Amino acid sequence: MSERKKQTHLKELEDEGIYVMREVAAQFERPVLLFSGGKDSIVMFHLALKAFHPGKVPFPLMHIDTGHNFPETIEFRDKLVEKYGVELIVGSVQESIDAGDVEEETGPDASRNALQTTTLLDTLKEHQVDAALGGGRRDEEKARAKERFFSHRDVFGQWDPKNQRPELWHLFNGRKNPGENFRVFPLSNWTEMDVWQYIAQEDIDIPELYFAHEREVFNRRGVWLADTEFVNRMDDEELETKTVRFRTIGDATCTGAVVSDASNLEEIIQEVASARETERGNRHDDKRSETAMEDRKRQGYF
Amino acid sequence: MSDNNEQANNPNNDNKYLDMDLLRFTTAGSVDDGKSTLIGRLFYDSKSIFEDQMEAIEKSSKGSGEEDVNLALLTDGLKAEREQKITIDVAYRYFATPKRKFIIADTPGHTQYTRNMVTGASTADLAVILVDASKGLLTQSRRHAFISSLLRIPHLVVAVNKMDLVDYDEKVFNEIVSEFRGFAKKLNVSDVTYIPISALKGDNVVDKSENTDWYNGSTLLHHLETVKVDADENIIDFRLPVQYVIRPNQNFRGFSGRVASGHIRPGDEITVLPSGLSSKVEKIVTRGEDLDIAYPGDSVTLTIEDEIDISRGDMIVRKNNVPTVRNDFEAYVCWMNEKPMELGKKYILQHTTRTTQVFAEELVYRMNVDSLNQEDADQLKLNEIGRVRLKSSQPIFFDAYQINKKTGSFIIIDAATNVTVGAGMMRAGSTVSKKPKSSSNKRKSPNVVWEPWNIPREEREKRNGHKASLLWFTGISGAGKSTIAKQVERRLWEDGKQTMLLDGDQVRHGLNGDLGFSPGDRAENIRRVGETARLFFEHGNIVLCTFVSPYAKDRETAKSLFPEGDFKEIYITCNPETAHERDPKGLYKKAEEGEITGLTGYDANHEAPENPAITINTDEMTVDESVEAILELLD
Ligand SMILES: Nc1nc2c(ncn2[C@@H]2O[C@H](COP(=O)(O)OP(=O)(O)O)[C@@H](O)[C@H]2O)c(=O)[nH]1
Repeated sequence: MSERKKQTHLKELEDEGIYVMREVAAQFERPVLLFSGGKDSIVMFHLALKAFHPGKVPFPLMHIDTGHNFPETIEFRDKLVEKYGVELIVGSVQESIDAGDVEEETGPDASRNALQTTTLLDTLKEHQVDAALGGGRRDEEKARAKERFFSHRDVFGQWDPKNQRPELWHLFNGRKNPGENFRVFPLSNWTEMDVWQYIAQEDIDIPELYFAHEREVFNRRGVWLADTEFVNRMDDEELETKTVRFRTIGDATCTGAVVSDASNLEEIIQEVASARETERGNRHDDKRSETAMEDRKRQGYF
Repeated sequence: MSDNNEQANNPNNDNKYLDMDLLRFTTAGSVDDGKSTLIGRLFYDSKSIFEDQMEAIEKSSKGSGEEDVNLALLTDGLKAEREQKITIDVAYRYFATPKRKFIIADTPGHTQYTRNMVTGASTADLAVILVDASKGLLTQSRRHAFISSLLRIPHLVVAVNKMDLVDYDEKVFNEIVSEFRGFAKKLNVSDVTYIPISALKGDNVVDKSENTDWYNGSTLLHHLETVKVDADENIIDFRLPVQYVIRPNQNFRGFSGRVASGHIRPGDEITVLPSGLSSKVEKIVTRGEDLDIAYPGDSVTLTIEDEIDISRGDMIVRKNNVPTVRNDFEAYVCWMNEKPMELGKKYILQHTTRTTQVFAEELVYRMNVDSLNQEDADQLKLNEIGRVRLKSSQPIFFDAYQINKKTGSFIIIDAATNVTVGAGMMRAGSTVSKKPKSSSNKRKSPNVVWEPWNIPREEREKRNGHKASLLWFTGISGAGKSTIAKQVERRLWEDGKQTMLLDGDQVRHGLNGDLGFSPGDRAENIRRVGETARLFFEHGNIVLCTFVSPYAKDRETAKSLFPEGDFKEIYITCNPETAHERDPKGLYKKAEEGEITGLTGYDANHEAPENPAITINTDEMTVDESVEAILELLD
């Protein structure tokens, strides 16, 4: 008998993620992969490539575009779609606003982050999506610690924390009634560190925003925000040029940068290892209230 | 090989993470045993808490008027629960040290939440059971231990917490340990570690305590970092439940899935279930290079040499090592829904990648999870566990849960609501519920009338000065059955006991010389041995039988010949690699060279006993310790 090689944690997480991808393709009729252009969705897509090789990824990518994205993100998305010949569905928050489905927030903290939920639910419905793969991880936030791999949503797209199915072994129950759907999280068991380590190990291409670069930023309640046309900068908020990078890439209005010199993956990993704040710590929207995430989740946020 | 300790302790360094592995464990304890505090402590002392998290809990602690920062708040989840100060579901938590990444399935300690405990235990390699030193061993802790053993978590840690409240008294610790030991004997657990800790003060959690100089063992974290889990994998019985078929064009057909157990190489002969058609593995395809071998847990895609129709729900196995294929089976079922299980009602069974209709035919008994007694019942309600006979509309391919978790587990789904309502662990092949009177079900001499023994056993026992007994040693070749049994017999004999030892090789030279190793012959071999052993038993002997006896149902047949409680199943086990190395009879070598096939422990299963009188792991116990432990059974 040959020696059994010890599995690394990354290998085990990868095998688990691929397994989840295949379960989704097998159990659902119209799945999509929610693609934000951020590192988690890029890793998810990488797992999908592995899961179905040498075949093509059997489902489209879906991007909920707030219209306030960094241009680098959109550029990256379009290149990836072209390279791998996958279908891309874009749900536009601007369109939801124009249609009067949602109302734009006003004031200095105005953000379209909360509005995304409506656009997401509408786009899922329009395309009759029955399973949406999301890059959510349980380590991100306390409310996510109890989330399932297969998370059931009722016909209103709502998540009911009291009424989730028990999930045992790796037997995922994706049965549902018409109109209901699932959010599926293949990276449930990954941490931010795992994601970075995996990106380094697999040499996965990610947007330049993640690496240290010079940028004009201003400080709002401890968070460094980029100066873009989408953010209402106050008169007393002064611009400074700093070497920064982003730990998450979301809507430019609420994604904070960190001051950092980490310009390659190994440096990022070192930085994450010695970090004093969670990545969500830089998300402006989570600072609004301690249970912010949980409230959004109930409404059907990713 | 760390010539530089600082480096080994610093996660920032190099590509250390490329050697890290993963440990999944579950924590359980009664309310207020300190589970949340313990997890908070593990995070805090292993530096897995971030400043913003710390600030948030500091703020929360102040808000609710507590004086110290409450580490337990770190792990509390949903808003409503936080307000009620309770946790009500399984929550998953993550932390890592330079050696390992940990996934904690944190389950609540309420009486009514057996369901969550089972859920949390289903993926765990290890369970940490918390006991409050100031309260002693409560019903709850026993229940956790029982559920851990039912779910076959191979390693248990009993963390005796709040040692600070009992002045770090060694006596208190020892009492709890010995009480737990007594209880654990009734369970199927082989590896239990006891650690005195204080989650609040930090003793023996991450750092060694100065208050417990009487304790020489590891700290909790050190134990978690070093406990060996790769030995628990089944690398013999190859099972690949087909998840998805990849067919990008006419020239490629790949069968994808995650290897449930065993290993496979290109060129190996395989059989596909349910069709029974055979072929050979052509390639093991991944997006990188093709693999030479696939192991348990690997997500792979196989191509095979012949065009066989294979779809999701089928299973690819080795030609000479197939699982049980049946549509009726028995299982321990944990019920997870407010609506009780209904006999005869159609449910949906999800087993590996296969789904089929199923109904419960009979509730054999309900298990009292506190007393471990079997109770008559006609219903299985939320949070109850019972032994159930089930029938599925299509056959399923399974192994007993205790030898293969992946192919021995299933969930039950309510067809009307789609909700998961039950979880089950399958028992070995047969569904015999009535015991046969004679071991042969095809008795050829039906007119022979049973004649009682001339001198009854009781009289012989009186003269011998001890009771007759039967010790049945089962396990793979090289596990150590004969070595241990011979010494046990020698000790008994020297102690003036009447003994007899029956050994596999002996009887195969004479009495059973006409039998081979097919399942049928193996069954007949054990039947004859059972009958022979019974003669010696009736003669008043302490009989020791050492037989590989791989099939649970054959042993069950032998057992049924003896009075309740007199047949003691002794399970001798070790890591298969150890047995292969020992190879006392050179059998593994022969199997490796292809001279023999169907060798138990090599390319055939050994079905571990479900409720052995004792389990001896010879990787962990010396021969002397094993002998002592077995002799204790006879007292
Ligand atoms: N003295 C002492 N108190 C502890 C210890 N561990 C936990 N506690 C206290 O026991 C109570 C319950 O702890 P908690 O972690 O919330 O228990 P859980 O319900 O098991 O999660 C809290 O007041 C803790 O501060 C310990 O080691 N020593």
